[in-house]
Amino acid sequence: MEQAPSGMVRQLLPAPQEPLGRADAEPEAAAGEEAERELAEGPADRTMTENNFWLKKIEISVSEAEKRTGRNAMNMQETYTAYLIETRSVEHSDGQSALTDSLWRRYSEFELLRNYLLVFYPHVVVPPLPEKRAEFVWHKLSADNMDPDFVERRRIGLENFLLRLASHPILCRDKIFYLFLTQEGNWKETVNETGFQLKADSRLKALNATFRVKNPDKRFTELKHYSDELQSVISHLLRVRARVADRLYGVYKVHGNYGRVFSEWSAIEKEMGDGLQSAGHHMDVYAASIDDILEDEEHYADQLKEYLFYAEALRAVCRKHELMQYDLEMAAQDLASKKQQCEELATGTVRTFSLKGMTTKLFGQETPEQREARIKVLEEQISEGEQQLKSKNLEGREFVKNAWADIERFKEQKNHDLKEALISYAVMQISMCKKGIQVWTNAKECFSKM
Amino acid sequence: MEGERRASPARGERAGGGAPPSGSSGSSAPPPPLEVLDLDEDEDDLEVFSKDASLMDMNSFSPLMPTSPLSMINQIKFEDEPELKDLFITVDEPESHVTTIETFITYRIVTKTSRGEFDASEFEVRRRYQDFLWLKGKLEEAHPTLIIPPLPEKFIVKGMVERFNDDFIETRRKALHKFLNRIADHPTLTFNEDFKVFLTAQAWELSSHKKQGPGLLSRMGQTARAVASSLRGVKNRPEEFMDMNNFIETFSQKINLIDKISQRIYKEERDYFEEMKEYGPVHILWSASEEVLVDSLKGIASCIDQCGKATEKRMFGLSETLLPVVHEYVLYSEMLMGVMKRRDQIQAELDSKVEALTYKKADTDLLTEEIGKLEDKVECANNAMKADWERWKQQMQSDIKSAFTDLAEENVSYYEQCLATWESFLTSQTNRHLEEASEEHL
Repeated sequence: MEQAPSGMVRQLLPAPQEPLGRADAEPEAAAGEEAERELAEGPADRTMTENNFWLKKIEISVSEAEKRTGRNAMNMQETYTAYLIETRSVEHSDGQSALTDSLWRRYSEFELLRNYLLVFYPHVVVPPLPEKRAEFVWHKLSADNMDPDFVERRRIGLENFLLRLASHPILCRDKIFYLFLTQEGNWKETVNETGFQLKADSRLKALNATFRVKNPDKRFTELKHYSDELQSVISHLLRVRARVADRLYGVYKVHGNYGRVFSEWSAIEKEMGDGLQSAGHHMDVYAASIDDILEDEEHYADQLKEYLFYAEALRAVCRKHELMQYDLEMAAQDLASKKQQCEELATGTVRTFSLKGMTTKLFGQETPEQREARIKVLEEQISEGEQQLKSKNLEGREFVKNAWADIERFKEQKNHDLKEALISYAVMQISMCKKGIQVWTNAKECFSKM
Repeated sequence: MEGERRASPARGERAGGGAPPSGSSGSSAPPPPLEVLDLDEDEDDLEVFSKDASLMDMNSFSPLMPTSPLSMINQIKFEDEPELKDLFITVDEPESHVTTIETFITYRIVTKTSRGEFDASEFEVRRRYQDFLWLKGKLEEAHPTLIIPPLPEKFIVKGMVERFNDDFIETRRKALHKFLNRIADHPTLTFNEDFKVFLTAQAWELSSHKKQGPGLLSRMGQTARAVASSLRGVKNRPEEFMDMNNFIETFSQKINLIDKISQRIYKEERDYFEEMKEYGPVHILWSASEEVLVDSLKGIASCIDQCGKATEKRMFGLSETLLPVVHEYVLYSEMLMGVMKRRDQIQAELDSKVEALTYKKADTDLLTEEIGKLEDKVECANNAMKADWERWKQQMQSDIKSAFTDLAEENVSYYEQCLATWESFLTSQTNRHLEEASEEHL
């Protein structure tokens, strides 16, 4: 059971006690402030009031994976893997950890958690889950979800996911997240009760649909561009890497055949026999060494994959912003058109088309009372519309501010993590070279003694 | 795992090292049985044209550079005792000749010698492949139980578009060079008359000399008898030759496998190199979208490119040293089986006469005399073969040892180069880390 590739269980520092709302909040309507806090933290009932949970240092680990059989929604038998999540609190003074919670979750529950977070924290770049199915597989790796190596890498990926959540300044305080770690039974129902599925904007799923935004925010456009490029280049890299791994595997393994043949040959040789035999042994060692080397590289590939999937999370935030902007522009447009209608009614000029106007033309003028009534309705709608527009604008600005803060945080994290990953790749290559030098030096000695 | 052999890995099919093949190497057309000359378009009926056409006469009888052979002894390195070598041969300058009938390649043979029996100290001639074939045939005729060095195959059927692509010609040239030098180093073969003619005669001289040997038909007659009698010889083979034969059979099997494995390694390394060519540039592409990560990504790309170059060098080394040596010994193993057959044949001749003696009552004196001669012949043949066998084994051990030691050295050097590249990258990254860290503290 290995920990996440970063080598250590990440420890969560105590979260700040003050709400993450902005002290410099604009003195708008009280509704605005409420919206602000809601955006920053999540709705009031979402955040954790039990701050003492986070006061102690928390260690989270996904320590085991187990095959289970059960019945699915259609009452058919299915096999799935369950993962054991253990939470430990570490006492400050003596550094000892005590197990506080442990429960089993399956991949679909992780998915549920993430989908919930996406809905309630749209301005956050939500950490991605490890892949559902094995992709970028090179020939030796199995694409089977039940394959033990895949399950092991997924376990590490899920642990990484939880640690990312726990170290995120906003997401770590979410109650559903807390319950995910602590409440085994009934958790699914609790999540569903939040009604997040209803709240979800179905348009977010339709990633390819374009919504023409008249005044796009340049920063978000650039960010979306970047996320597309990142996704494309990392995919490409992973594909080529898989092919390179395949070839490297071939080179190493073919040498193993020398071992077998040298051994058989040594049987007929007198002086050369010993040298051949022992050289053959080293060829076997060489051929076998590639398995560990490529397994390590697989962890590196997983680190890159995380950021491949992060690119999607980035795009989701951009998308959300785009939709908000679109809704705002639609609302503004609607308001403008209503105002114009009102104006026309008041002044008697008809510039805009309306059904009422047409029928009036055809069937005769309406009475002044009727006109007054219509104006009144429109004025009410306009007033409502103005309120809505104001709050939408505020929402928009807050979104941009908070999103951008999280994006900056994400960028720093990404640069740090990827740089470390690249360095670890170099370390892996160095280790591989050193092993190669050793094996071939040994083989050379055997050959020279023949 | 010391001394234990792993069971054949499940991925055996990747290595192509599955069921051991029979004696012949898989890649060439099956070698002609040594008793029969290959009848090819190149052969005798075309010699008439080539004799007339002065197109082919590239022979120059001019002595070359004034360096004396003695001074060359100090300059050139070789395998055998350097002080005793007095015959230096090089094969180079392949040239294509196009006539209306055919296209063929000739190679320049330069010989430098201090031997008295040679008319001059330097010779330069041009020879084509069929001339080499002729020479080999003559040597086998004159010394049936000596281990004649192998010639490169006539042509490789598999994977060749045309006979005369550059790689093929170069590989062949090197093998032909080796062939002649091996003969020169052989204590008996080096003094063979046909060998001398081959090295020194002008084209027309060679043609007329060639016609002097036993005709084609008589050679064919020999074949028929040879095939029939060889079986008999096997039954009465003395034990030491049985052992030798067992060795030859196993050796042949193993060396063929090693040839296949080595070729496969070359192929895999080449494929790996091809993929690496794309791998580096992907990182450069990525660096174009990044700010902070640019240097790291570019650094990785550079390391990958350098490792790619090192791989290329390793491949080259493999094709220069290991592959030709292993392949030569594949051909040698076929040669050895032929030598064993010829020995068996000579024995069979004796045995059949001895058998005849037990049944026949007349001509016993004549038979006894013949048997006496044949017994001598058998003894000579056996002794020659034994002596040459020992010599060959020494040579084989030395060549194999040297080739594989070189292989190991190439690999060590390859990994050392790659190590240096990655380590310098790592240092540059961690230095920057430290720089950045110290900046933060300021």
